[in-house]
Amino acid sequence: MDDQGMTSEPPAVDAGDLAVHEECREYLAEVHQFLDGELGAERRTVVQIHLERCGPCHGAYDFEAELRVVVSTSCQENELPEGLRDRIASLLRDLADEV
Amino acid sequence: MADPTRFADQAMEHMPSLYSAALRMTRNPADAEDLVQETYLRAYRGFGGFREGTNLKAWLYRILTNAYINRYRKQQRRPDESSLDDVEDFFLYRRLGGLEGARAGRSAEDELLELFGSSEVKEALESLPEQFRLAVLLADVEGFAYKEIAEILDVPVGTVMSRLHRGRKALQKRLYDFARDRRLTGADPALEPSDDDKHEEPATRG
Repeated sequence: MDDQGMTSEPPAVDAGDLAVHEECREYLAEVHQFLDGELGAERRTVVQIHLERCGPCHGAYDFEAELRVVVSTSCQENELPEGLRDRIASLLRDLADEV
Repeated sequence: MADPTRFADQAMEHMPSLYSAALRMTRNPADAEDLVQETYLRAYRGFGGFREGTNLKAWLYRILTNAYINRYRKQQRRPDESSLDDVEDFFLYRRLGGLEGARAGRSAEDELLELFGSSEVKEALESLPEQFRLAVLLADVEGFAYKEIAEILDVPVGTVMSRLHRGRKALQKRLYDFARDRRLTGADPALEPSDDDKHEEPATRG
């Protein structure tokens, strides 16, 4: 790939001005990993407890979570173009017959 | 080793999500159909190398992504990253978060979709430079784990995280631009500019 020089860690999150308490900064930095389900079980619990108890952090978290839903549902096509499934199924049958 | 005669049974159910992803990649329905077809033909021929019990959907996405990159990437070796660097974390929340709950009885999702419609969300995603678009698509639309995305894109997990971090911020910036344009053109008159947007307002207001 052409970006092997990129940092192997994500850039530090500077959400300091959203942080109300001293510890909020680190929790806000982990909101996306939390939403991605990529924190270890122990850390996940710790972050979850903070997000439940800290109103400002919960606001930020909740907004990101809702936005995820909007992005995901908006970007999925619910229907295949007509004929695509049949065309591919037919091509695969032809390939199977060749063998 | 997987049995090719069982390929269709297992793989066809993933076609809608593969087509969705192909459309976000190519931004063109005819190209997306071609890409999905190529993916299934390649996958069929390579199915003997698929390990039963591993994630078939991720395997198909890897083939789709490689097919896309082989076909379309020639013109864009370097991503245009210039517009991605100056976006803060929680960019959209800082600007729009205060609007949530402004009108009772509306879900946050509905409120967001009034600020920018579904087609604008698609457009925003499709406007991202390729590397970032693929990472965000695979994570936020398709729900793959970092490790799966790393395998699909053939890059380290750290690179996936970095691209996601920057791609999501860039996506928020584009969504904000759409929301602001809507507001400025009066497409949604119910929305008053929020206090966070004072710098955007004409001097004559109030």
